[in-house]
Amino acid sequence: MPPFFSISNIILKNLVSSFSIIFYMIPQNESKGIGKVIFSSSLGTLIEWYDFYIFGMLAKTISTQFFPEGNETAALLSTLAIFAAGFLVRPFGALFFGRLGDMIGRKYTFLLTLVLMGGSTFLIGLVPAYKSIGMAAPMLVLFLRLVQGLALGGEYGGAATYVAEHSPAHRRGYFTAWIQTTATLGLFVALGVIMAVKANMSDAAFNSEWGGWRYPFWLSILLVGVSIYIRLKMSESPLYAALKKEGKTSTNPLKESFGKRGNFKMVLLALFGAVMGQGVIWYTGQFYAQSFLENTVKIEFMQNREILLWGIGLATPFFLVFGALSDKIGRKWIMLTGMLLGVLFYRPIFNSMLQSADAKEWLKSDIVLMKEETKILFNGKDSVLQIATQYQAANQSKFTRVLHDTLRQGQQPNIKKATEHAVYQDKILATPLKWKFIGLVWIMIIFVTMVYGPVAAFLVELFPTKIRYTSMSLPYHIGNGVFGGLVPFIATLLSATYTNDPLVGLWYPIVIAALCFVIGALYLSNKIDEQVND
Amino acid sequence: MGYGWMLIAPIAMYVLIAGAVQNISSTGTKDINNPVPWIIIITIFTPIAIGLMIFGYYAIKGEYDKLPENSEEL
Repeated sequence: MPPFFSISNIILKNLVSSFSIIFYMIPQNESKGIGKVIFSSSLGTLIEWYDFYIFGMLAKTISTQFFPEGNETAALLSTLAIFAAGFLVRPFGALFFGRLGDMIGRKYTFLLTLVLMGGSTFLIGLVPAYKSIGMAAPMLVLFLRLVQGLALGGEYGGAATYVAEHSPAHRRGYFTAWIQTTATLGLFVALGVIMAVKANMSDAAFNSEWGGWRYPFWLSILLVGVSIYIRLKMSESPLYAALKKEGKTSTNPLKESFGKRGNFKMVLLALFGAVMGQGVIWYTGQFYAQSFLENTVKIEFMQNREILLWGIGLATPFFLVFGALSDKIGRKWIMLTGMLLGVLFYRPIFNSMLQSADAKEWLKSDIVLMKEETKILFNGKDSVLQIATQYQAANQSKFTRVLHDTLRQGQQPNIKKATEHAVYQDKILATPLKWKFIGLVWIMIIFVTMVYGPVAAFLVELFPTKIRYTSMSLPYHIGNGVFGGLVPFIATLLSATYTNDPLVGLWYPIVIAALCFVIGALYLSNKIDEQVND
Repeated sequence: MGYGWMLIAPIAMYVLIAGAVQNISSTGTKDINNPVPWIIIITIFTPIAIGLMIFGYYAIKGEYDKLPENSEEL
């Protein structure tokens, strides 16, 4: 059995058993109906997250296939696909589908978002490459990516509202926490599927025009089909159905949500006192950590994913733990504690990763030369000499040192100078060190579970039934899509300005989380609103 | 504190616009050198900054001193 399958099997078994135990903890009379509601809502939301993530994770291949270098229009479309889908279209989707959900009901709205998301994902997998159909390829992909962003903006608010409106007041935090696991599990499944496909074929087969990178997109139609079948059997939310029967649904949810001062001030409080900080903690723990390990620490591709899979797999049950705890002690302080821990510990955690995998330090101890490869890369008039040497350090970790030097006619290569600018990459950590990294990622995901586990119940309780879908969707998607999504961009901006500190990018999530912590601590209430049917 | 929240909004906008002016470059290859992300980010961030100013104004007016306990109070 390939190593990846054994790892993923262990993690999946752990997850299933943890979830089974926690699901078993639901009293029988409560679990009968609500279990079905949670399962059908969560499965669809998980698939939507999966669909959204695979595009980002395969961005490098997608860009080669659809957005070739050297073509300015294609480059513009690529930038739009990356930035517009997350920043502009997600909040717009929240408004569009939120309004629809408050006017025609939760069930049909989040069924529609699922169809749009699944359909567009599947179609991305069918678009021929740029070399076959030219500019039509990037234009189609951009359009489908924007549909994905729109659908994602509408999905979460519907699913969270739907589950919350089925839940008994004393377990709302716990039941809605199941929806909260989906964003992380979607990432987990996306990572797992991509790794499984990649592990079973060569890089050339994976990256070819109709190669393996398309399989995760095609798989989506199967997953969405199952989820649509399940969701079609669901009934409308009882609170919304009662409101509709009484003729009390909103005729203009946007105006009531954002035009009425009493409600608008709560939308602002939700954004600046809770979701803004939650968004950056969520993004830093799950995405920035991965990119930091890959691009700054330079851990080898598969081991980087393995570390993340273990960290996520072992931390995911804690969404439910903190959701349940919020039913006992309130939502506010759990979320704010998660933010504060991020503020205090992000720099020490990331610094520990950087120091523990410092190959220059490893070189000072006994090292074993594993192999050396010398290449001459032709680059116009001059050539570039590349020497890649793989070593094994005393702690059993492996790494590759790459030296580059430009060869000019009549000059000897300057190996000493090249050594000063050596790049240490493809680090494969020895088992104890790998587990240390898994532990550090796990801690960061625990912060995520603290801020993200109770947030759905918190948002649901903040707004009345008739405008709930609209009112909670917008701050959620601004907090996660805009504030969270800006983490890599601002990190690049800070790194380009302050080049001496490799951890400088962390100041953005730290400052936003600290600001949100202060606003939340000052203005949020810790009281659980038992009556959400008003 | 309300004045503080109102002040943060224009500061954040200034930092973003100054960042854009400083980093947009036709020779750079990073996202921060490309004007398109900046246009999108500044476009989406402007209403958010205005929202933060309104939030500060509400805080000054004492709107958050007592939060509503049911929908009738909204």
